[in-house]
Amino acid sequence: MARIIVVTSGKGGVGKTTTSASISTGLAKRGHKTVVIDFDVGLRNLDLIMNCERRVVYDFVNVIQGDASLNQALIRDKRVDTLYILPASQTREKEALTKEGVEKVINELSETFDYIVCDSPAGIEHGALMALYYADEAVVVTNPEVSSVRDSDRILGILQSKSRRAEMGQDPVKEHLLLTRYNPDRVEKGEMLSVADVEEILAIPLLGVIPESQVVLNASNQGTPVILEDQSDAGQAYDDAVARLLGEEREHRFMSSQKKGFFARMFKG
Amino acid sequence: MTDALQANDRPAFQLKGTTVSLTALELAYFDEDSFEAALREKIRQAPGFFRDIPIIISLDHYEGPTAELDFFKLLGICRRHSIHVVGVRGGDDDQRRLARHAAIAILPSGGRQDRPTSPEAAPEAGAPAETTPEHATESAPATPAAARIVSQPVRSGQQVYAPEGDLIILAPVQAGAEVLAAGNIHVYGPLRGRALAGVHGQESARVFCQSLEAELVSIAGHYKISEDLQERGWKAPVQIQLRDDLLVVTPLDRSPG
Repeated sequence: MARIIVVTSGKGGVGKTTTSASISTGLAKRGHKTVVIDFDVGLRNLDLIMNCERRVVYDFVNVIQGDASLNQALIRDKRVDTLYILPASQTREKEALTKEGVEKVINELSETFDYIVCDSPAGIEHGALMALYYADEAVVVTNPEVSSVRDSDRILGILQSKSRRAEMGQDPVKEHLLLTRYNPDRVEKGEMLSVADVEEILAIPLLGVIPESQVVLNASNQGTPVILEDQSDAGQAYDDAVARLLGEEREHRFMSSQKKGFFARMFKG
Repeated sequence: MTDALQANDRPAFQLKGTTVSLTALELAYFDEDSFEAALREKIRQAPGFFRDIPIIISLDHYEGPTAELDFFKLLGICRRHSIHVVGVRGGDDDQRRLARHAAIAILPSGGRQDRPTSPEAAPEAGAPAETTPEHATESAPATPAAARIVSQPVRSGQQVYAPEGDLIILAPVQAGAEVLAAGNIHVYGPLRGRALAGVHGQESARVFCQSLEAELVSIAGHYKISEDLQERGWKAPVQIQLRDDLLVVTPLDRSPG
C-alpha cells in the first residue's frame, strides 16, 4: 500500500508545485518508488518544473477516461529512476476528475508505488478537493503572510471534514506545515510573520522552513526540482523536510538571518 | 409476489416516534413591516444559524388582535428569508382556524415546558435542563441539554453549532470560523473567530475563552465586533456576559464585579 501525500495550500502561488517536485524527488532519491500526480487540470505546470514537458503523450484525464493505460501515461524521470510523473491534462476541465476515476488510478498506483504525491491546484473547489480526498498525509504550504495563513487554515478545516479519512471516520489526515519563501531579514523588520507566529496560529507540526531564494526561481526555469541543487540553502531545506517526513529528526535551519561577514558585505553589498 | 421480490422487499417506511428540538418564534403582535425588520436584524446577527432553519410560531404570548394575524403574509416573509415555518402552537380557536387555512400544522401548546429565556428564570449555568418525556409531535426540547465537546481546532470557514446546550472547544477557534450555542460557549484556546452564545435568546449565556481575539462575540443577539472588544481583556483570558443589554468583558483572574 502506497502512502498518499497531498501538497496543498488554498492560496495560489505559494510554492505547491515547487514543493511537490522537490518532495517527490527527495523521496525517490532515498530509494522509495514514487509517483507525483499533477491535479491542476487546465493549468498544467508540474511537467515544466520536472522538465518532462516534451515527453507528455497521455495524461491523468486520459487514464481516468480509459483512453490510455497508466503505463502509457506515466513519465519516468531522467534523473532519478524511481520517480514517475503523471501529468495533468491541459485541455480539459477540472470536472473531468471524478471521484471514482481518481480512486481507480490511485488504487492502481498503490499496487506498485511506495509514495503517491498529489500536487493540488489552488483554491478549495473540485480540483483541490479531489487532490486531497484520498490523502493519508498533507503538506500544507504556507507563506509567512496573513492571507496565506488564513487560506491554509481553511484547507486544514477541509482536510478534517471532506477527506476520505474524515468521511470514513478513520484516523485523521496527518498534517504538516511547510513554510516557504521565508525571509528572516524581513521577519526581523516586521514585514513578515515569523515561524513562531504561523505555528501558533495554525497549530500543526512544522515540517520545514524553505528560505526565499533566487535558486528556487532559477531551478524552476531550468526544470530542475530545487532539492537537486544540494549546495543551496533551499535545496538543503527541502532535503531536511523530506527526511522529517520519513520520520528522521533534524534540527530546523535557515530560520534566522545569517550575519554577513565583512568580505561578503564588501563584495556582494 | 415472487419469492425473490419478497426476499428483497423491505417496507417503504416505518413510523417511529422522535423528538426534535425546534426554535419557537414567540409572536407578540403581527405587523408586516416591523416583523420583517425584526427578522432581518436577527438574521444579520447570525446568518449561519438562520439559513434554512425550521421554526414554529408560538401564539402563547400573542397580544395583538386576531384580525391582524395574517399567516399568508407571515409565511411569505419567512420564506423570503429561507426560514421554514413547520407549525403553529398555542392561540385560541379563531387563531388556529386561520393557521389551518394557511395550511400550517397545529401543534399542542407547550408553553410551560419551554426552556426559560428570561434571565430571572434561567437555570444556573451548568444545571441540567428539565427533563420531560414528550410525544413526537411536541416541540419543546425533551432531553437534558448535553454539552457539545469539540477537541479539534475550528478552522476558518467551519461552523460548529450546539443547538441545545453548551459548546466546549478544547482548541483554537480560528479567524473566519463560527461557533454557536444555545447555552454557554467555552473555548480553551484563543477565540479568533465569531462566537454566538444563547442563540435562542438565553440572556444568561456566557462566553469564556483563554485569549480574546474574536471577530465578533454575541450573547442572545447582543453583539460586539472586534473593534469594540479591544479595550478590555484583549488577548487575555476573559468571560463575556450580558448585563443590562450590554456585553461586559471581565478578565478571568478577577471575580466579576
